[in-house]
Amino acid sequence: MRMQSRLIAGRLKIKVDGFTAKVKRDLLRHKYIYIMLLPVVAYYFIFHYGPIYGAVIAFQDYSPALGVEGSTWVGFQNFTDFFHNYYFWRLIKNTVLLSFYLILFGFPAPIVLALMLNEVNNTRFKRTVQTVTYLPHFISLVVICGFIVNFTSRGGIINDIIETFGGERYNLLLKPELFRSIYVVSDIWQTVGWGSIIYLAALTNIDIELYQAAMIDGAGRWKQLMHITLPGIAPTVIIMLILRMGRIMTVGFEKVILLYLPSTYETADVISTYVYRMGLQKFSYSYSTAIGLFNSVINCSFLIFANYAGKKVNNTYLW
Amino acid sequence: MIKIRKNLGSRIFDTLNTVMLVFLMVLCVYPMIHVLFASVSELQKLSVHDGLMLYPLGFSLESYKKVFEKSFIFTGYYNSILYVGIGTALSLFLTSLGAYGLSRKNVLLAKPIMIMVVFTMFFSGGLIPTYLLVKDLGMVNHRIAVILPTAISTWNLIIMRTNFMGIPESLEESARLDGANDFFIFAKVIIPLSKPIIAVMLLFYGVGRWNDWFQAMIYLRDRDLYPLQLFLREILIQNQLEEMRFDEFDIDSLMLAETIKYSIIVIATLPIIFMYPMLQKHFVKGIMIGALKG
Repeated sequence: MRMQSRLIAGRLKIKVDGFTAKVKRDLLRHKYIYIMLLPVVAYYFIFHYGPIYGAVIAFQDYSPALGVEGSTWVGFQNFTDFFHNYYFWRLIKNTVLLSFYLILFGFPAPIVLALMLNEVNNTRFKRTVQTVTYLPHFISLVVICGFIVNFTSRGGIINDIIETFGGERYNLLLKPELFRSIYVVSDIWQTVGWGSIIYLAALTNIDIELYQAAMIDGAGRWKQLMHITLPGIAPTVIIMLILRMGRIMTVGFEKVILLYLPSTYETADVISTYVYRMGLQKFSYSYSTAIGLFNSVINCSFLIFANYAGKKVNNTYLW
Repeated sequence: MIKIRKNLGSRIFDTLNTVMLVFLMVLCVYPMIHVLFASVSELQKLSVHDGLMLYPLGFSLESYKKVFEKSFIFTGYYNSILYVGIGTALSLFLTSLGAYGLSRKNVLLAKPIMIMVVFTMFFSGGLIPTYLLVKDLGMVNHRIAVILPTAISTWNLIIMRTNFMGIPESLEESARLDGANDFFIFAKVIIPLSKPIIAVMLLFYGVGRWNDWFQAMIYLRDRDLYPLQLFLREILIQNQLEEMRFDEFDIDSLMLAETIKYSIIVIATLPIIFMYPMLQKHFVKGIMIGALKG
C-alpha cells in the first residue's frame, strides 16, 4: 500500500516537475554557460528584437516626442499611402530588375569560376588565381565606388576606350540606362572570387573514386563535368539560390546610395534607398518603416517559396 | 592522382581556361595598380594621359605630401583605428562567448536561443526602427553607435559555433574531471585550440569595421568622430573638396585635387593590403566548414 502511494507520488512529482522546473534545474546546472550567453542574448534582444518591436510604428502616426506608446494608431494607412505613391511601381520595378540581373549574371559567375578553377591542375596557379580574385572582396565599398566614379567619368579609362572605337565621351553615371549595367558588372567584379569559395569547398567533397570510375568507363572531361561535378555541387547551388532568393528585394543599397544621382533615380532608386531618404532625410518615420516592413515581408515570402521549391525539385532545403 | 588523357580538345580547353583565368586576375588587380601608379605620377603627365596605365608617369610624391598636410586624414585614421580596435575586440569577445554557449550539448535553452539568433538573419525591423532605437538609447553622435549595434554578425557566430562543435569532446571531459568549470574550459581548452578561426574572425570583423561608412554616416554628426571612409566618400564620390581649399584657384591645384584622390585611396587601403597575406592562409579553411550546416 505504502509502496504504491509512494509510486503514485513519484509519478505525480514527475508531472509537477514540468517545463519551468526543468529550465530552472538546467539554469543551475549550466549556470556558467548561461552567464556567458547572457550578453549575447541581451545584444540580440536589444539590437535585433528591439527594432522588430519598433517596427509597429508602421501602423502608427509616430512622433518621436510621443513615443511608441503615445502615438496614434492608423492601421494600414501608411501601407496604402505607399501603394498609391506615384513612385510605387517605379521602385518595385527598379528593385526587382536590379535584383533579377544580379541573380541572372551574378549568381552563376562564381559557380563558373569554381568550375574553371577545378579544371586547373597546377596547384600554384590555382592558388594564385584564388588569392588575387578574393582581393576585391576586402576593398571598401567607398573605394570601389571611387574606382567606378573615376573610371566612368568623362576623362576616365572607359571613355578612353569608347573614344578609340569612335564613340563619344560622356559621363556614364549620368545615364539612367547604364546604371544597372554598371552596378551589376562592378558587383560581379567584387564578388566573383569570394563567392567561388563555397563552391570550391563543395567540389573538394566530391568522392574522387567517382571520377576514377568514370574514367575507366571512358568518360571524357565534359561527361565527367555533366554527370559527376555538376550533380555533386547541385545541393550547394540550390541552398545558395534559396538564400539569395530571400534577399531578392534587398539590393546592396549602400552601393546605390554611393552611386546614384537625382538624374538616374529613374532606374537607380530602389525601395531601400527610398526608405533611407524618406526616413533619415525627410523624417517620415512611420511611412518609411511601413515600406521597410513591406519589403521584409516580401523577402520572407520569397525565401519560403524558394525553400519549398528546392524541397520539391531536388529535396534540398534549409528547414 | 587522376591522370587525364590529353587529347587535342582537352588541351585547347586547358589553354583557353588558363588564358581566361589570367585575364580575370588582370581585371581584378588592374584598378588597384592604376590607382597606385597614378598616385605617384607627375601631375602634368597624368593630366594629358589617356588609356591604360602600365607604369607610373614619372615619379613624384607631391600628392602624398599634400594629403598629409590635411588634418582630416589624421582624424579619420585615428577614429578608424579606434573603431577597428575596440569594435573588433568586442565583436570577437561576444561572438566567441555566444559560439561557445550555443555549441554545448545538453544545454536546454541553447536550441531556442539559436533559433532566435538565426531568425534575425531572415527578418529584421528595418533601417528606421533600428535608427530610432539607437537614437532613443542616446547613442547618436557618440562613438558607441558605430560599435555596439553591429557588434555580432550572425553569420560569423554560426561559423564559429560550428567550429567549436568540431573540437573533440574528450578534451573538455578530461578538464571537467579535473574540476574545471565552463569559464576555464572556454578560456584554457577551446580558445587555444581555435586559433585559425579566431584569425578568420579577426580578418572579417576587422576588415568590416575598417571599411564601414554607413553606420558612421547615419549615426555620427560630428566630423571629429568620422572614420576615414566617410572622408574618403566626400573626396572620391561627393567631390566635396572643401577640405582642400586652395590658396589660389588655378588649374594646377585642380589637378592636385585629382591626384590626391589616388594617394588617399592608397593610404586608406594599405592596411588591408598588408593584413591580407598574413591572414589569408587561414581563412579558406575556416570559413566554409561552418557555413553550410548553419
